[in-house]
Amino acid sequence: MPHDHSDHPHAVLPSDPALRVKALETILTRKGLIDPAALDEIIDTYQNKIGPQNGARVVARAWSDPAFKAALLADADPVLAELGYYGRQGEHMVVVENRPERHNMVVCTLCSCYPWPLLGIPPGWYKSDAYRARAVREPRKVLADFGVTLPSETAVRVWDSTAEVRYLVLPMRPAGSEGLDEDALAALVSRDSMIGTALATAPSGAGDLKGADLKGGDLT
Amino acid sequence: MSRLHDMGGRFGDGAVVPDAPDAPVFATDWHARALAVTLACGALGKWNIDVSRHARECLSPKDYTRFSYYEKWISALADLLVETGVLTREDLKGQSGEGLHALASAALRAEAVAAVLAKGGPANRPSAIAPIFAPGERVKTRHPGGSALADGGHTRLPDYAAGACGQILRQHGTHVLPDSNAHGLGEAPEPLYAVAFPASELWAHPEHPHDEVVLDLWQSYLQPLEPGAQI
Repeated sequence: MPHDHSDHPHAVLPSDPALRVKALETILTRKGLIDPAALDEIIDTYQNKIGPQNGARVVARAWSDPAFKAALLADADPVLAELGYYGRQGEHMVVVENRPERHNMVVCTLCSCYPWPLLGIPPGWYKSDAYRARAVREPRKVLADFGVTLPSETAVRVWDSTAEVRYLVLPMRPAGSEGLDEDALAALVSRDSMIGTALATAPSGAGDLKGADLKGGDLT
Repeated sequence: MSRLHDMGGRFGDGAVVPDAPDAPVFATDWHARALAVTLACGALGKWNIDVSRHARECLSPKDYTRFSYYEKWISALADLLVETGVLTREDLKGQSGEGLHALASAALRAEAVAAVLAKGGPANRPSAIAPIFAPGERVKTRHPGGSALADGGHTRLPDYAAGACGQILRQHGTHVLPDSNAHGLGEAPEPLYAVAFPASELWAHPEHPHDEVVLDLWQSYLQPLEPGAQI
């Protein structure tokens, strides 16, 4: 299979990346190996249909329904499959719950593994060298880059996605969100809060509280 | 010695820069095309995800460093298409003749995209290899790291966790072994575990005494810690 080369074949293509993609797409299309309409369909799927709104719905439901949450944490795959959140890069899901004593954060140091059916295509920072290199060694400094400071009594557990298992963080339900319905709760769940580089957003009108009430315990 | 993709723990990369809340999914059109072309070519069935990852890892260190994310994808894809005989260098130069490719009937069609993406590609397989570790047991990872099956080959044991002592957190069942599957040596499924390592086991200056890193590791990456050993 792939070997080390002193002259990789890709060097034959134009060096400008946009032209390199275009050239390869043209060659493959001419030979009937790709269907341009299929490319449009793939792009439309991840641009418009599959994204963090899926994960946010799961989190909001877990906050609202203790039995759902228990099933999700015990064995996520059948629970997510029932909601239709299954597919490429989400075949083996594990949901990890943030609690006052432990904050979870997800990275892929070796490439860019990420739960596509729940969060879509990863953001640029998740794929950056800085995040891949630093998240495992100094997660608290990385969290500071996102404006997040954890209390000293909260331990950090970083999940390095080295296999085909994909991780979703279940953030803590923010204080002041009591009584909100699932749609309103889902609006508090950012993509980054499900990667673990942010906390769930406090609802507007929740006083001076910013983010989750880390010392308030599990509100569910 | 590892390759540049194995960057966990590395120093010198600077701050992580979060994107704007309204940032588009694809920063430019060619990023989207690069992703789509790569996925569509995967559907031709000439390689698996482990081969594809290894092709990116085999970019030269200079290219790996200077290429942006999707540049790595598209360049490794071109390399893979030639490696697997789907295209020739002459094809890449635009010097081949007209006419459909023998694999054209396998091309992913627009109407099949939704089903193919929804179907995914699960990595769990039945295996004759029984799990030998239970949650709570202490284990040590292989040292030196790297692939046991191919020199400079693909592995999912990062260098920073080679030779480290940790504790089995959970069993994931039996999964395809990337070290084998990336090199045409078969899927060789074996037990996979989530293993927790104290930050103090991995780093000279851990940030917090209770912080941990969890990695998913295959059974052949692990050995039991001798009874009474401390981690």
